[in-house]
Amino acid sequence: MNLQVELVEKNEMYCFKVIGEIDAFTAPILKKRLAAVQDIEGLYAEIDLSEVNYIDSTGLGVFIGFFKAIQAHGGSMKITNANARLKRLFEITGLDQIIDMEVKEGGNCDATV
Amino acid sequence: MQPYDYIEMKVPAKPQYIGVTRLAISGLASRLGFTFDEIEDLKIASSEAITNAVQHAYNEEEKQGEVVVGCALFENRIEIMVADSGKSFNFEETKKHIGPYNDVQEFELLREGGLGLYLMETLMDEVKVHQQEGVTVLMTKYLGGERVEKDVETVSS
Repeated sequence: MNLQVELVEKNEMYCFKVIGEIDAFTAPILKKRLAAVQDIEGLYAEIDLSEVNYIDSTGLGVFIGFFKAIQAHGGSMKITNANARLKRLFEITGLDQIIDMEVKEGGNCDATV
Repeated sequence: MQPYDYIEMKVPAKPQYIGVTRLAISGLASRLGFTFDEIEDLKIASSEAITNAVQHAYNEEEKQGEVVVGCALFENRIEIMVADSGKSFNFEETKKHIGPYNDVQEFELLREGGLGLYLMETLMDEVKVHQQEGVTVLMTKYLGGERVEKDVETVSS
């Protein structure tokens, strides 16, 4: 049960591809990776969750923290390609009303895995 | 009393074992015949409870605690009990002492976990909390439709 976080930088955009399960054990890995860029002024970040099949409140907490930090620095973020299960979790917690979510056609930031 | 199979796991209060217990519970739920979506709900709800327990047991007194997860498999439901006291429980006996969390203090205790309790309540049919020598959470999920059918029967008779 490991978590991989890959970062693709495109111009001003940071695109993270997360692979694995996000729980109390793996969330700190994700948090650390995101924290490394979250204070950049005017950052635009995308987090691709197409390869994430499990997430709970600890993972949602990481996204909330990242979202807040980015907002405080005039940036924005988007979560892409979350599967139906993940989307449901964002919906029942009301996070989909706060964080931008999008399903892209076959796009995964060209990160080859 | 309804017959049931009982499975108990005792794991060190370390985050790396949350995923392992989650997988075991998912296997038990699948045995009972829960649907894919229901199993995913159970995985999240039980992880939330176990995460809380791990954090509590871990923080207290610096010493390494243990978390006990008990699963009772009934014909129509699964009951999952999670305790951070590291002690095995007499399932029936412990159940008697568990009530809804109307105590403000117990509520606050779990609120620390942020969205955790909210998710447990949303994804399970019943959630009860008890505090004595640590926190014990009892969660129940019924096999799809079972409860509704029962209610309908009661009304029609």
